Amino acid sequence: MPDAIDLLVLGAGPAGAAAALAAAEHGARTVMVDEALAPGGQVYRAPPMDHRQLGQRALEPEHRDGEALRRRLQCSGVEVATRHRVWSLLPGFRVHAIGPAGHRAWVARAVVLATGTTERVVPFPGWTTPGVIGLAAATILLKSQGAVPGERVVVAGCGPLLAAVGAGLVKAGRAPVAVVDLAGRGEWLRALPAMAARPDLVRRGLGWLAALRRAGVPLLSGHGVVAVEGDTRVTAVRIAPVASDGTPRAERVARRLEADALVIGHGLVPATEATRLLEADHRFVADAGGWIPVLDDDCATSVAGLFAAGDGSGLAGAAAARLQGEIAGLAAARHLGQLDEGRYQHTVAPLRQGLARARRFGQAMARLTAPRPAMVGTIAADTVVCRCEDVTRAEIETAIASGAREMNQLKAWTRCGMGPCQGRMCAETAASLLARHVGGREAAGQWTARAPLRPLPLADMVGEFGYDDIPMPEPAPP
Amino acid sequence: MSACPAYDCAVVGGGVMGCTTALWLARAGMRVVLLDRGSLCREASGVNAGTLTMQMTRAALIPYAMRGWELWRTTADWLGMDVGTRVLDGLSVAYTEAEVGMLEARASSRRAAGAPVELVDAARARDIEPGLGDGVRLAGFCPVDGFVVAYLTGRAYRGALLAAGATLQEGRAVTGIDPVDGGFALGTADGGRVEARRVVLAGGVWIQEMASWLGVRLPIQCLVNQLVVTERLPPVMRTILGVANGKLSLKQFDNGTVLVGGGWQGIGRGDPRDGGAEIVPENVIGNLQLAVHAVPRLRDARVLRVWLGYEAETADAMPVVGRLPGFDDAWVIGSVHSGYTSGPYIGRLLADAILERELERPLFDPGRLAGR
Repeated sequence: MPDAIDLLVLGAGPAGAAAALAAAEHGARTVMVDEALAPGGQVYRAPPMDHRQLGQRALEPEHRDGEALRRRLQCSGVEVATRHRVWSLLPGFRVHAIGPAGHRAWVARAVVLATGTTERVVPFPGWTTPGVIGLAAATILLKSQGAVPGERVVVAGCGPLLAAVGAGLVKAGRAPVAVVDLAGRGEWLRALPAMAARPDLVRRGLGWLAALRRAGVPLLSGHGVVAVEGDTRVTAVRIAPVASDGTPRAERVARRLEADALVIGHGLVPATEATRLLEADHRFVADAGGWIPVLDDDCATSVAGLFAAGDGSGLAGAAAARLQGEIAGLAAARHLGQLDEGRYQHTVAPLRQGLARARRFGQAMARLTAPRPAMVGTIAADTVVCRCEDVTRAEIETAIASGAREMNQLKAWTRCGMGPCQGRMCAETAASLLARHVGGREAAGQWTARAPLRPLPLADMVGEFGYDDIPMPEPAPP
Repeated sequence: MSACPAYDCAVVGGGVMGCTTALWLARAGMRVVLLDRGSLCREASGVNAGTLTMQMTRAALIPYAMRGWELWRTTADWLGMDVGTRVLDGLSVAYTEAEVGMLEARASSRRAAGAPVELVDAARARDIEPGLGDGVRLAGFCPVDGFVVAYLTGRAYRGALLAAGATLQEGRAVTGIDPVDGGFALGTADGGRVEARRVVLAGGVWIQEMASWLGVRLPIQCLVNQLVVTERLPPVMRTILGVANGKLSLKQFDNGTVLVGGGWQGIGRGDPRDGGAEIVPENVIGNLQLAVHAVPRLRDARVLRVWLGYEAETADAMPVVGRLPGFDDAWVIGSVHSGYTSGPYIGRLLADAILERELERPLFDPGRLAGR
């Protein structure tokens, strides 16, 4: 039997935790579910246990904030269900999850989705070679395990994570071979006014750059990765200067960097599987990372009782996520009748002001991090787009030429997106390729979201059972 | 209506049935338009399990299924594209006394109708399907089962129909049909109008609504089948595997993914045809338990996707194929229980009927179910 609760929060990052805390404070019986071992999401990810216990190294500010957040949650009325994977999310908010002790189900009167993002990599020759990992993935590796992806690492892509990962590698004793930034210096300069809103973060960024300089790491602005060499392992990374639209400048010679690992990322994409599964309205906003749920000022989606917050509802960074999460939690409490209109408006007014400021910074970073418009067009015909199913750009183009007009049709015709990543890695690229032929991303549409939200082990799904336990329906007609 | 309508025949609904009918009409020289509110084969024809099975085909349909099986096997020849059809041994197993009874009855009626089904013991069943778990009491064995990769059919039919000179109007929903002098006028959601001398209603579960446009009451039930697919696995099975009660259909594709079906039901929001449908998590789990019971190695797999496919069913679980009662030139085709196997053959039969050719086998008069 499902547990009846007031609010279910999916995702225990900055947005989800703030939402859960705010709603619980107003008396909402709240469960927050996350698949990780501890709450905190990616930004406030808990460091490895031995580091915490032994205090082996100075903690980053996120670690301190994360520990504070985990302590607050412990003292709150929020039930935190970590190591739980939500696999089905149905209207009326029937939520099914699998955790260490098996199946759990809740019926919630309201839901806040704070599901964060997926990392984007625009394909290039060799991007599926072992040794190539995502930029955000590398931060997880560094934060959660203190591990580095290789001995000679090239860090490439765009956005502030470049310097963060570069400096993290220096600190771990593996100064990268080079940091390769798609953005030219001019793009960073243009972002300065928005960055002024967060001098603390600018100082940290400058600190990362200084650490890289001290370690003698070359910083190559306005450069992109052209190809990775190596069959079973990265042996070298070829880079070239790029124009501001992302196209390699043909007149300039590519450089070859000997390396055994490449860390690369082209920004983040809001994870909208859950809002799509519940059939909320979405819109496409390139600057916000792609498709995002349509939200009002109270973080409410088009589905009554369903709220969304954080980067999963549009990229704006951790500070904005926290404020937006708090608004969503309060709005959920109001929806549940646990917070009256007057107090709600009084409480959210200052949060909204703070959110506007935090967004200016976060959105400027998102713009710097976004892929350049021409990048998808430069993908070579024989480059794999869908790495789970080995679907190349040429196969996608052939399907489009034979009449595939929207994403679900493209998927059926090519198997692009049918593999274990459930389309997370290839959706953006495939949709951008299709959009060029059908008049834009809105016309290309989105893949229909399906349960389970993550691949699920059958062993966990079926548990221990006997034949007589199977709830067998009526036989088919004779 | 103009003296000479633009089309000899309008087919409404682009699933396997509608597409096959349209294809053979176009190849016979008719000017054919096929309209679908979405893309070809994106409902039941493209999302259901695509199982080719004699043991789950109703006995009276076996002769049709045998011909349909032959057509699916040879799509490269008549459809211009291989739709991934594989011929496999089919097994239907019984775990309980009651299932043994069902299996014996089903096998004998199908054998009588011409399907090569024989009953085998557990040891022989294990030889045929080494992936089987314990507990099998008896099994039905049929060497002419198999599957079609259902999601490829839309692509195949699209190419064939265009090559045959048919006019395809995908993404164009028909909202009404009026009989007019010399044929029919079809109204579309975009405010358009298409005129044709004849009309074929091939809308699957929506046939009931289409018939009502012409004043005919033709009750069609809408089943909401749940389907589950795993990630790619090393070979864990080699047959089309079912349970005698019909509640499991299991197969492993060439790419290693395993499809679990068997008609476990999702639930409509009201009438699923209008309001959509959703999965029933308990039924997903039950279906998977049955699959793991049959092939224990599936326990190590991961589930990637669960989705829903509608299936049309009549009161007698037999198809509706033939003239719409009261009309000479309005036809209907659909509602074949476990009809994937016989689909293309029945589509071709209807085309023969419309072309006034001699029929190899009788159609399935919609009149027996219809009212006004």
